[in-house]
Amino acid sequence: MSRRLRTLALFLALTASAAWLGTGAHRGWTKTRVPVKMVDEVTGIEGIEYQSRFVPGVDFLGASWLGAGLLAAASLLFRKPKNLEPTP
Amino acid sequence: MNRTLKHLLVLASLCVPAVAAPQAFDFKDPKGVNNAVFKLDAPLEAINGSANGISGTVTFDPQNPATTKGRIVVAAASLQVPNPMMNGHLHGAQWMNVAAHPEVTFEVKALRHVKTDGDKTSADATGTLKIKGVAKEITVPVTFNYLKDKLGQRVPNLKGDLLVIRANFTIKRSDFGINPQAPEDKVSNDIALTLSIAGASPRP
Repeated sequence: MSRRLRTLALFLALTASAAWLGTGAHRGWTKTRVPVKMVDEVTGIEGIEYQSRFVPGVDFLGASWLGAGLLAAASLLFRKPKNLEPTP
Repeated sequence: MNRTLKHLLVLASLCVPAVAAPQAFDFKDPKGVNNAVFKLDAPLEAINGSANGISGTVTFDPQNPATTKGRIVVAAASLQVPNPMMNGHLHGAQWMNVAAHPEVTFEVKALRHVKTDGDKTSADATGTLKIKGVAKEITVPVTFNYLKDKLGQRVPNLKGDLLVIRANFTIKRSDFGINPQAPEDKVSNDIALTLSIAGASPRP
């Protein structure tokens, strides 16, 4: 159980870090919509259209690491008791 | 007598452009391109967003741009930022309170320092900016680009003219009661606004 929790914590931290780095290492807050610019050819106005896209920010990374830390800490509760019997 | 009448008719036709009536431009954009961008650049955090719920009417006379009058309305609920939680706060009572104050308006009263070069006119527009129920008179630099007969290129089957208005200016968040208690190192007191809008004046 203890090993499983620690493995899960490592997996969570690595997956979140990879997702954050893979989506551009955005250092602001997490975005669920991204502004996309489009130019109107007649007027020259640069219009802004929001498209639904998940871009994890530092809050996502922090929450994932915190979760991983909590899982790792919880793993300590499930440590096997040491064998106190004297070895022959 | 006949010749005099002809001369009068020719003279009258020449005078028509000089006394042409000001045109009313409707800024409800069917293409949804019109937008207002806001930027708050604080030491700890930069907040960028935009609004596209723009409407209003501006009366513009290409022969005499100084007489321009009008009112531009931005639907407060159309203000948006990419972060969903921040968006909720932005619309909430502490910040823009869009339920109680659904519109941001700017009513142009007068233009000063008007300079026209071809189809482009620049000026300082003085008017009343109303945000969150607080009205304040401000003067902002604006440019007008009059695009004659260009409406058909944008909206098929319509004839008419376009008027593009651009403005860049900065207002104080605290002047309009937009959560004045918020710490300025996280949320700047200066709000940089960029308005890029096009209005249409259709002809039958």
